[in-house]
Amino acid sequence: MIRTEEMILNVGPQHPSTHGVFRLVVKLDGEIITEATPVIGYLHRGTEKIAENLQYTQIIPYTDRMDYLSAMTNNYVICHAVETMMGIQVPERAEYLRVIAMELGRIASHLVWWGTYLLDLGATSPFIYAFREREMIINMLNELSGARLTFNYMRVGGVKWDAPDGWIEKVKDFVPYMREQLKGYHNLVTGNEIFLNRVKGIGKYTKEEAIQYSLSGVNLRCTGVKWDLRKDEPYSIYDRFEFNVPTRETGDAWARYQCRLEEIEESLKILEQACEQFPAEGDIMAKVPKIIKPPKGEAFVRIESPRGEIGCYIYSDGKKEPYRLKFRRPSFYNLQILPKLLVGENIANMIAILGAIDIVLGEVDG
Amino acid sequence: MIQDMLQSSPGLGNFVIFFILGLVLLLIVLGFVTFSILAERKVMGYIQLRHGPNQVGGRWGLLQTVADVLKLLLKEDIIPKLADRPLFILAPIIAFAPSFMVLATIPFTENFQFADLNVGLLYYVAISGMTVFGVLLGGWASNNKYSLLGGARATAQMISYEIPLVMSVLGVILLSGSLNLNEIVEAQKNGWFILLQPIGFIVFFIASVAELSRTPFDLPESESELVAGYHTEYTGFRWAFFMLAEYVYLFAMSALITVLFLGGWMAPFGFLDFIPGSVWFSIKFFFVLFVYLWLRSTFPRMRADKLMEFAWKVLLPIALGNIFLTALIKSLFF
Amino acid sequence: MSEEKDLEQLKREAAEKAKAAMAKRKAKEMAAKQEEAPKSEEPTQAQTPDADDLAKKKAAAAAKAKAAALAKKKREGMVDEAAVESESPVAKEATEADDLAKKKAAAAAKAKAAALAKKKREGMVDEAAVESESPAAKETTEADDLAKKKAAAVAKAKAAAAAKRKAMELAAGGGKTEGAVADDGDDAKAKAIAAAKAKAAAAAKAKAAAAAKAKAAREAGGATSDDEKAKAIAAAKAKAAAAAKAKAALVAKGGKAAGAEPEAEATPSPNQKYLDKYLKVIEENMGTEVLEDSYINKLSKDVPTLVVKREYYFKLAQFLKYNELLGFDYLSELHGTDFETHMEVYVHLYSYRNRQSVAFKTKIDRDDPTIESLQPIWAGADWPECEAYDLLGIKFIGHPNLHRIFLGEDWVGHPLRKDYEPYDVEV
Repeated sequence: MIRTEEMILNVGPQHPSTHGVFRLVVKLDGEIITEATPVIGYLHRGTEKIAENLQYTQIIPYTDRMDYLSAMTNNYVICHAVETMMGIQVPERAEYLRVIAMELGRIASHLVWWGTYLLDLGATSPFIYAFREREMIINMLNELSGARLTFNYMRVGGVKWDAPDGWIEKVKDFVPYMREQLKGYHNLVTGNEIFLNRVKGIGKYTKEEAIQYSLSGVNLRCTGVKWDLRKDEPYSIYDRFEFNVPTRETGDAWARYQCRLEEIEESLKILEQACEQFPAEGDIMAKVPKIIKPPKGEAFVRIESPRGEIGCYIYSDGKKEPYRLKFRRPSFYNLQILPKLLVGENIANMIAILGAIDIVLGEVDG
Repeated sequence: MIQDMLQSSPGLGNFVIFFILGLVLLLIVLGFVTFSILAERKVMGYIQLRHGPNQVGGRWGLLQTVADVLKLLLKEDIIPKLADRPLFILAPIIAFAPSFMVLATIPFTENFQFADLNVGLLYYVAISGMTVFGVLLGGWASNNKYSLLGGARATAQMISYEIPLVMSVLGVILLSGSLNLNEIVEAQKNGWFILLQPIGFIVFFIASVAELSRTPFDLPESESELVAGYHTEYTGFRWAFFMLAEYVYLFAMSALITVLFLGGWMAPFGFLDFIPGSVWFSIKFFFVLFVYLWLRSTFPRMRADKLMEFAWKVLLPIALGNIFLTALIKSLFF
Repeated sequence: MSEEKDLEQLKREAAEKAKAAMAKRKAKEMAAKQEEAPKSEEPTQAQTPDADDLAKKKAAAAAKAKAAALAKKKREGMVDEAAVESESPVAKEATEADDLAKKKAAAAAKAKAAALAKKKREGMVDEAAVESESPAAKETTEADDLAKKKAAAVAKAKAAAAAKRKAMELAAGGGKTEGAVADDGDDAKAKAIAAAKAKAAAAAKAKAAAAAKAKAAREAGGATSDDEKAKAIAAAKAKAAAAAKAKAALVAKGGKAAGAEPEAEATPSPNQKYLDKYLKVIEENMGTEVLEDSYINKLSKDVPTLVVKREYYFKLAQFLKYNELLGFDYLSELHGTDFETHMEVYVHLYSYRNRQSVAFKTKIDRDDPTIESLQPIWAGADWPECEAYDLLGIKFIGHPNLHRIFLGEDWVGHPLRKDYEPYDVEV
């Protein structure tokens, strides 16, 4: 009789495919995983504790460091929470700038995912193609905010900087360009048999499981739940745009791949409309007190980040610092289902499954 | 010339001559490896909208690989404490030696060949199969889990793909009636075997990519899964030996495909005979090489279980079918 | 009861077709049927028209949301409310309600806009039926004017044609109807428009309309409350956010202008009905002593908030998830807070079935912070509970793998506690 011995393999925290400092301890029987234990916390910086000693405006740069691939949505969620508490009416122009910035961020984030996911699967070229387009977005956001990744762009009541001259035109020009490139992406990867073999039926879960495990964003939509906070609980000015919420029924990595690429297209639609409607002039900041003091009480708001539902809970005791600040970080919640998905898969699938969840470790660890 | 010498009586003079010739070939191969690595980086660079190496050695980065090799030579040689020391040292040599040995039998031109063996093809297949020992030993001796997985994967993959590789080439042997590579080239006077054996060629090409462990079959060293596979723990020149073995095989395999399917050194049409055979060989050879590089920058990686399935369930039956078909055609038309 | 059955069938059909158009047609048929049906079947006549509207509303909602069951549930809730609140049977309003219903059905031209509009209208009609006691005849003319103005403004929006038709109907019926009702109609249209194409321009127009309304509202004391509600609903729905906000602001002003109105400070939230529903269901099944407190958290987008007693925490959580009418299947957020006098666990739930949120929290002893784990109920509570354990030291009983997820087991102290002192060996 053949006796097989289980081997414990320590994947990460330094491993090419863990997208940061994520560690996964897997028990292997041959190449089949019998048990997986995620270990996180290597990037825990205690944002929430730090925030308890900071004024609200000072907290915003810290949010940039959570989901560093789409810092704009993070900026927005805390501003939105404070604005909701204080009942601040954000000026039109600022709202448009915010939406454009957030959607550009969403595209950039999905592009990074697309590139790195294919890199995980062994294809090297798509990574470079995706980063070419992402670089253009980052340059645009750089012009807008003065930073490439940690934007610190939004403020309670509006945005910090107005769009420079001709910036909106740049965004406008980017939309058809990106559409064209997307076609190229599909031609290169989407129809590839090897790729389909790697992603179809991999990391499958049902709608019920997705809801049970508190998954959100694409991870939820890939099971057929048509749920996008931009659409279903519209914040900002998202109710003014026409766009679809891409869903798939199968709930596997392939469905997630399709949803993300389609989301890029939908974001482009929003960008197009936003640039079209962009008010020619107007304030970019509402009238807000110098020192922001939300009323006593608590608020929890949630918005749609590229990774899912990002939420911000503030308990204010009426002072200029929050008494308690808590972020609902989508990657943290989405990652919970990983051990369940990995059992019975082999190592190659482990990478494909982990990649398809699309985590950012800065966000997982808070 | 070499034939004469092979038949001459052994002596110190002959040994020196052979030694020098061998050294020359080694240098040629090393030169090739140097520049094929550069070519790979350049080709991939341009496919990926970059420039590739462009600093060392002029704007083409001609000396980049030389600098890399120098770096590898100067690097500290680390052997992990818990590694199996003798095997760890032996493994790269076992991996590299056969790769160089197989070159002996490949006819680059009519006259430029080291050993005109009657079983040249068999010799190639048999010797190249030995490399996998080096890989497995390296993976085992490193005492690293990733290395072990990589080594195991490499063994499984190479043994599996050896079979369709040999089976697909049987058609060529049937048609040419010989295992001698020279005679196989001669047999293509009236038509390359890529035209007579299209199925065989495709199977052979796919299996050869797997044998070379190149994308999309680069599982033994898949970076995103196994960090670096069987050579995770190797550094410096020991690591360079694995690298070297890989690229020498790339060289050998491209040459073999040129010989087996593309008519070797022969011109495609009679009236082009004035161009020397070595030029024709190089053109075909570099084309095959380019296809390998092209594949690498285009495809994602296969999955281990699918890879095995593909070898046993797809390639092998096709190769077997090809043998029957060839036999049928041979008995009917030739 | 037979009406009820009809309604159900209607709903089911509507749901099947899931086409806004179909829903509309049926709704109209229904309305006709119900008008024919003897209204005196039930003790309160006033409820039948409400039921009509509700039915239509539901049908539309069903068409959009697919979930017929949901629609029913809502209806029940609403009917209940109506039953509770309406003290005086206002027979004549039934006809008005019908008009409105038709208007609404037509407005459904855009499926989304329609569903939304109807929902809003429902709320309004209910309230109108219940609260408006004083017929303010002079306002009807103003309302008519407004309606026309608005209809013209809509010309750009796609729903323009439909809106105009409706506006005309309204004008016709307006003679009969009270000002309050007319106002409601206008509101509905304005919203429908705004929602239909939330183009900036449209929004601006909507605002203008809102201003006009606000004026009307100021004149009509009784009408303001309705307006306010409608607007609050609109805000909650957050469709045409800007427009809605502008309106809300104007309304608020209008309210002030109108003078001392008791409703002004106690503006019921659009989510009030959900909260009432939750409370009712919880009370019926678990008794009255489960909850310490319950309120609408106005700072947090009007989320219904329940403060549960420590000992019922787990039971209530289970109930919230598995009860048919509540069905909170999604745990959106779980965290703890140190309030120095006590700890608090805050849980935000969402029901994908009913598309409703609820927040519930409980106070626990700070010196011995233990509480049942929600992990067995929502698998998604696993890591958040570990996080709360790590950073606050709250022990979750029954958690399968409670560990210090971020800081590691050897960390001293719990950083998010207010009395945390960083421990450093070297200092």
